[in-house]
Amino acid sequence: MEDRARIDIISLLLYLSLVALGIASVYSATSEQGAFTLLDGRSGKQLMWFGVSFFLGAIIFLLNANFFEIFSWYFYILLMLMLVAVLLVGSEIAGSRSWIKIGSFSLQPAEFAKYGTAFAVSAYLSRIDVSLENRKDLLRIAGIIFLPMALIVLQGDAGSALVFLSFILVLYREGLTPLVLVLGISAIFIFILTLYFGIVAFSIAVLVGLVVFYAFTFTNKKALVPSIAIATIVILFSFSVQFIFKNILQEHQQKRILVTLNLLEDKKGAGYNVDQAKIAIGSGGLTGKGFLNGSHTKGDFIPEQTTDFIFCTIGEEGGWMWSSITVSLFVLFILRLFYLARRAKKRFKRIFIYSIASVIFFHLTINVGMTIGLMPVIGIPLPLISYGGSSVLAFSVFIFTALRLDASRNQDLNSIYS
Amino acid sequence: MLDDKYTRIAEKISLRKQTIYPQRGLIFDRNKKLVVYNEPVYDLMLSVPIKLKDIDTSSFCSLLDITRAEFDKRLETSKARAYQGKSVFKKNIPNRLYAQIQERLFEFKGFFFEIRQDRNYKYNSSAHVLGYLGEVNKSDLVSQEENYYEQGDFIGKKGVESFYETNLRGLKGERYYYVDKFGVNKGLYRDGKLDVEPQDGNNLILTIDIDLQEFGEKLLSNKMGSIVAIEPKTGEILALISSPYYNPANFNIQNRSKYYGRALQDPTKPIYNRAVSAPYPPGSTFKPLMALIGLQDGAITAETHFGCPGYYRLGNRIIRCHPHSFSTSLERSIASSCNTYYCNTFKNFMQNEKYKSSEEAYNSWKSYLESFGIGHKLDIDVSGEFGGWLKDASFYDKMHGKDRWNYARIISLSFGQGELGFTPMQMANVASSIANRGFYFTPHVLKQIEGLDTIPARYLVKHNTKVAPQHFDAVIAGMFAVTQSGTAAGSTIKGINIAGKTGTVQNPHGKNHSAYMAFAPIEDPKIAIAVVVEEAGYGASWAAPMAHLIIERYLMPETVPTTKKYLEERMINANLIPEKYRSFRDSLYHGR
Repeated sequence: MEDRARIDIISLLLYLSLVALGIASVYSATSEQGAFTLLDGRSGKQLMWFGVSFFLGAIIFLLNANFFEIFSWYFYILLMLMLVAVLLVGSEIAGSRSWIKIGSFSLQPAEFAKYGTAFAVSAYLSRIDVSLENRKDLLRIAGIIFLPMALIVLQGDAGSALVFLSFILVLYREGLTPLVLVLGISAIFIFILTLYFGIVAFSIAVLVGLVVFYAFTFTNKKALVPSIAIATIVILFSFSVQFIFKNILQEHQQKRILVTLNLLEDKKGAGYNVDQAKIAIGSGGLTGKGFLNGSHTKGDFIPEQTTDFIFCTIGEEGGWMWSSITVSLFVLFILRLFYLARRAKKRFKRIFIYSIASVIFFHLTINVGMTIGLMPVIGIPLPLISYGGSSVLAFSVFIFTALRLDASRNQDLNSIYS
Repeated sequence: MLDDKYTRIAEKISLRKQTIYPQRGLIFDRNKKLVVYNEPVYDLMLSVPIKLKDIDTSSFCSLLDITRAEFDKRLETSKARAYQGKSVFKKNIPNRLYAQIQERLFEFKGFFFEIRQDRNYKYNSSAHVLGYLGEVNKSDLVSQEENYYEQGDFIGKKGVESFYETNLRGLKGERYYYVDKFGVNKGLYRDGKLDVEPQDGNNLILTIDIDLQEFGEKLLSNKMGSIVAIEPKTGEILALISSPYYNPANFNIQNRSKYYGRALQDPTKPIYNRAVSAPYPPGSTFKPLMALIGLQDGAITAETHFGCPGYYRLGNRIIRCHPHSFSTSLERSIASSCNTYYCNTFKNFMQNEKYKSSEEAYNSWKSYLESFGIGHKLDIDVSGEFGGWLKDASFYDKMHGKDRWNYARIISLSFGQGELGFTPMQMANVASSIANRGFYFTPHVLKQIEGLDTIPARYLVKHNTKVAPQHFDAVIAGMFAVTQSGTAAGSTIKGINIAGKTGTVQNPHGKNHSAYMAFAPIEDPKIAIAVVVEEAGYGASWAAPMAHLIIERYLMPETVPTTKKYLEERMINANLIPEKYRSFRDSLYHGR
């Protein structure tokens, strides 16, 4: 009895609800483009991919839980090889070379790379001789994460690469110093403030801040040197912002950031997508225009509405109500995954489940943020909702693996890890 | 807080309101003959924002018969003039082309049609009365009260179309569609719950007799002038002709751009509605009115005679008269149009002891005229009405100095010359007032609005003149003598007792204007008429025969074509357009 795999029903139900919501949304977004029933067009394909996912899920549940831990590194290596392969033989779609054609289907290895990376991170961190306080281990773990990022950036898909930053959250849960998060967030703030006010104004503000700070704490001599040092670093970093912005980011990325910060109005170019998305969601009102009744959705005004901008369909046709339900389902799902992670008795399992939760969290924040104009447009899908075989398959397999690991937690009673 | 800003923006983008134009009311003449009806015009529209995709431009251009450059130009104009999610690409597509394009419209994403109602006409007649439609302009849009009109709508601009616009137009319907980013129709918005069915306009029945109108236009062809005929008992306008005239169909929405410019260039001014806009000195047609004022005010009695040596002496000035017998009665003064008689009458009037000054006397005289509808607008429902000329006493004060003028200075007013101007409409209204023996109803062209019981109240008010009924018989006897043994005896109609008065109006710019006013039959007046033919000569030679022919046509339709075939032919065939205008007109209408 105890050693039988028991799938977490709550997670499964949340997963299925999101899947159902996704198929309905894809159907609605394509119903005017010749899809007369759920089984036609993109919603039909999406259904098929979920079918495949369940099949793979069943296989995953037939496998022994230890299988994953043992084969972790092989998964990682296999997927890194695929990322390399895609650079060599991939076909180019929409400016990025990130697809491998297999028969009539195209696979996007970058979506699966997260899965592989999660294995590697979990496997490495769960080794008994590894500690995040050890600089060498930290560098190795960074290497594990940055390798796929770099390969994906080379493909020209910066958005998908950014997703790997979600592993920082995992590391933080596993004892990484919060300083990394604080520094990261501070860097983003300095970045935004510099773009907003210009280097000169920003630097003066920092210096004034320093003087004011010193005036209040001049008795505390110890604080003086570090605060001067921090101010200097901040100003230096802000000087580098201009360089990063102009020389490292591509032009369309620069524009997207400027549009998000309201520094650039370009409703017909860079800002068109977000503007239309905001209009669609905004016009949905409290309860929406009704399923299949979204005028913006029907009129195909929003590019990429089945994929990256699928949230617009929910926002327009379901209004604030269904948008909230969708986000709530995601939040509940993420919280449930965190719960599953915490009750895991093996470190490998815990880290792996944290990984999937963090990746979903990251996708959710960025994707919903960009459709309502809070984030710059970064082309990553809304998990389980957005149309796309690779994304559906990768997330499903990822989730099923996590659930498989959780299902066998009782076998780990005697484990020496906690 | 909920804000519907984005809802509104979204609707602006993805909803298209299609206006369903109602049938505009039809217009009939007094005998229920259809005069004006509707004809659809098709406007090729572009959905905005304009995103043309996969359009076979060359086949589209060849279908519309335009060049690629013209296509691009129209596209630019359409972009600039976008309004409420749509823009006109090409207006007034002919019916056949409409069918061809409509068939292939699915190939041209972003284009669609809007159907509006233009006017067409059963008769090449009555343009000045009927008026025309036009697109609403900025001031129409700004001044409208109930926010009914939108850019591109048609509105009555002139004539009946304009006066009864609210009755004729009906109510527009609305249909709401979803459109996609190419402007392609995606079905009814909310299953048509917000749609409004159009309501057709009310039909109008006019007082105009379209046959009489056409006949009058025939008489005035190749002439400059007007005919106004009124039914005295009601003030209903039976015919209102201003010549030269234009074909109303040339001024409808589809054709106006082709013809309007030419009509504006024509020196004989076909657009100008002479019948209500042009003031002419009444000339001798004024004499019956002067006699009535003299009778009422005590300047003369029905038995007063004045001697006429062939002139009226005023100090060292002489006012010439025509040859007629020396002693002149009131009746003969009208029949033979004696100037001397009216100079004397006017002198008696102005020097009446009850008036303390010339100014007071003049003001009294003026108020008599005003009671006949002279010197001010009558408030008729025909466009372009002018009030005529009737000066205040202050005008003469300014000219001659306060209290430094008397009857002698203004004596020519007594026989209808000088600072006096009647429109043909006013002249006909005077004839109508005399026929009624002292009152008139404001002339109007509206007989009935179908579906409504009443016509505007102002057309039902009886206006009494300041001359009492008993004074009219003597004057009417004189006017009867005009057609029996007087100046208009040559064209009198057997079997109808017509009272008339000729006038030859001095014209400083060319030949005299020929004028005539009349009513008939005397026993029971059914028609009062005024005719003015510009630069034609004596009243007796053109205006009187025309008036008589119209009276005959109206009162004795059984004698049609006419008892006076030769007279009718002479009238119709005469070309009285002044030489100075002819060659220019020829090149305007018949040149390349």
